[in-house]
Amino acid sequence: MARSLKKGPYIDFKLLKKVEKLNKSNKKTVIKTWSRACTIIPEFIGHTFAVHNGNKFIPVFITENMVGHKLGEFSMTRTFRAHSGQRKEEKAGGVK
Amino acid sequence: MARIAGIDISKNKRIVIGLTAIFGIGKSSSQKILKKLGISEDKKVQELTDDEINQIRSEITNNLKVEGALRSEVQMNIKRLMDIGTYRGKRHRRGLPVRGQRTRTNARTRKGKRKTVAGKKKATAKK
Repeated sequence: MARSLKKGPYIDFKLLKKVEKLNKSNKKTVIKTWSRACTIIPEFIGHTFAVHNGNKFIPVFITENMVGHKLGEFSMTRTFRAHSGQRKEEKAGGVK
Repeated sequence: MARIAGIDISKNKRIVIGLTAIFGIGKSSSQKILKKLGISEDKKVQELTDDEINQIRSEITNNLKVEGALRSEVQMNIKRLMDIGTYRGKRHRRGLPVRGQRTRTNARTRKGKRKTVAGKKKATAKK
């Protein structure tokens, strides 16, 4: 079910504080975070987050298109496994 | 035969049903259009006057996104997901179900026909 509009998007408050701090001092550092459920808001654009996937931190550079998605959507938690001989998978892997 | 939005609408159907031949118009939007224009849903397509057909045509071109424009919008949305590297985009690229369905069995609509993987090379030759 979708989140109630009344509440607005879920934003990790501590993460937002860190971003604001960086914005104020005009610095760009990678921010480590476990907060995969946090919605990406316009303030995040141009920052790089290291989003935890349960194993390690995946660097995610935020662009304008990503606003409205969650951080976790960009940090895969599973490894894709395919049989070697299949053409289709090969093609899919090539595009990546 | 009436031609609306580049699609032929078969003439011996009721107009509500006939309009659903257009990509982007289902039963409910079809009903909405007819209600707005005050045309009876039960009229057959061939019974419509030219004026009524023109009204429907202009209503669709002005207020709805149908056919090619809609299709390209859908494709653009998918492409956006793929370009920014979301989980959903990756599922689209791989041709797997996007909304968290199981893939151990089923998911044949997305995955297409079964490709048996056995010891032999035959499976690959099938393409």
